[in-house]
Amino acid sequence: MKILGVDSSGMVASIALIEDGITKAEYTVNNKKTHSQTLLPMLDEISKMLGEDMSDVDAIAVAAGPGSFTGLRIGSATVKGLANALDKPIVPVSTVEGLAYNMWGSDRVICPLMDARRSQVYTGLFEFFEEDDRCVMNTMLEACAVPIEDILEKVNEIDRSVVFLGDGVPVFKETIRNKCKVPYVFAPAFANRQRASAVAALGEIYLEKGMTESAAEHAPVYLRLSQAERERREKEQDE
Amino acid sequence: MSDILILAIESSCDETAASVIKNGREVLSNVISSQIDLHTLYGGVVPEIASRKHIEKIDQVVNRAVSEANVTMDDITAIAVTYGPGLVGALLVGVSYAKSLAWALKKPLVGVHHIEGHICANYIENKELEPPFMCLVVSGGHSHLVKVVDYGEYEILGRTRDDAAGEAFDKVARAIGLGYPGGPKIDKVSYEGDPCAIEFPRAKVADNEYDFSFSGLKSAVLNYLNSMEMKGQSYVQADVAASFQQAVVDVLVGHSMTALCEYGFDRFAIAGGVASNTHLRKAFEDECAKRGITFYRPSPIFCTDNAAMIGVAGYYEYIKGVRSGWDLNAVPNLKLGER
Repeated sequence: MKILGVDSSGMVASIALIEDGITKAEYTVNNKKTHSQTLLPMLDEISKMLGEDMSDVDAIAVAAGPGSFTGLRIGSATVKGLANALDKPIVPVSTVEGLAYNMWGSDRVICPLMDARRSQVYTGLFEFFEEDDRCVMNTMLEACAVPIEDILEKVNEIDRSVVFLGDGVPVFKETIRNKCKVPYVFAPAFANRQRASAVAALGEIYLEKGMTESAAEHAPVYLRLSQAERERREKEQDE
Repeated sequence: MSDILILAIESSCDETAASVIKNGREVLSNVISSQIDLHTLYGGVVPEIASRKHIEKIDQVVNRAVSEANVTMDDITAIAVTYGPGLVGALLVGVSYAKSLAWALKKPLVGVHHIEGHICANYIENKELEPPFMCLVVSGGHSHLVKVVDYGEYEILGRTRDDAAGEAFDKVARAIGLGYPGGPKIDKVSYEGDPCAIEFPRAKVADNEYDFSFSGLKSAVLNYLNSMEMKGQSYVQADVAASFQQAVVDVLVGHSMTALCEYGFDRFAIAGGVASNTHLRKAFEDECAKRGITFYRPSPIFCTDNAAMIGVAGYYEYIKGVRSGWDLNAVPNLKLGER
């Protein structure tokens, strides 16, 4: 099984190729340059380095949201073009699930935090349990956009030790320190941001379950309306 | 020599479009998915909604363009895409899609300037037209008077200092209750109005006689509406529309004729969404005929945003050897003649 993974949902741009349980290449960049300038050159670089043109991948896994609207669309448009040209299925992977999968094997509750602005985070809650010779990720709370306080309240209710990761951690560190009542840790540099290898590895599992989309069907899951739609709905509700 | 087929993609504003162009001037397909109904709810284009719609539609639009052209992806020589100017989020969908498609198909990629596309729309139905000529580009986002020196080589004589012509149409249409999109609505209702009913200003820009300014005209219309309201009088919608439109037409025609005379061109073309305005087309037909100038105007379907025009512009860039890298980015304020 050969899966190309793509994640441009936040500040990180990441591309990975995994094959038969091994990461053959991963290229991750975390800087301010727009993904439009980095993502495809990164894929091109990986392709040249491996001497592979990606035409024999089984599927293309993409971090399909939530996240930065523009970032998601760059990733989405990129995988749609690839999937169309190569005639391959797309496997959408929830961005927060992909992020949580970085913590594979942890006994703690996994709480990815992506800064969603307006004092909110894109988050979810996950845990791992053993099955045969590997760990399986279980979703305790589906991906959602909520105020940081709400997710911390949930974490406190579950009353287990927790690991936080994602670009929301530096933004909300003080709030976490003040409001988190359970033992917690923060993930280290190699695993605390989006990684396309995690997206590809989860993508492989979803592919086996048949959770694929065609290039035409695929679109990001924003979890939020556009500002104009939100304001229009609020206005309608007021009337 | 084998045929050169350009697959072109356009997503700079609120139409998702794709087209296949053969040897620069033959349109094999021209698919346009318009979002106009969606944005009408908001009285104008909402960038985030436009971007979301582009991502939903782009794959189907591109595949339809290829199948309607009766070719396959393998037959395509190169892929052209609009990379500016326009709404950045909207542009990024087309640019990102075109790049990965071209990369995976191992085809060359050519980034195209949206305004250059509008100008090149004139080549589609006028096989004999070649540079040099003069062109007026008027749309919702642009008002440019341009010397087309050669393929891909332009000299801008005048541009708008504030609102684009199409923008003024939209704003005035909203003010007089016609709604969005303003251009076609004002065009239509003006047939029932008197273009001389109200004297609106024809603005001149002091330091460049070829520059445009439409914000003063827009304000004059709004002031007129206000003053009527203050006096408790009603206004005639069709008269306001017709008088406003006449002022725009007079300025566009006036500037263009002066420039044609000064630079000695005998061929003149119009382009852009506002170029589909029937009153403007008629005025140019008459004025050009009087002066013995050959007048070119694309059919309305090639005036409003489309990918066929991008394919034509992309073809001329392609044969000149222009290639874009995989780091091609959307440039929302890209200037004409720059790369």
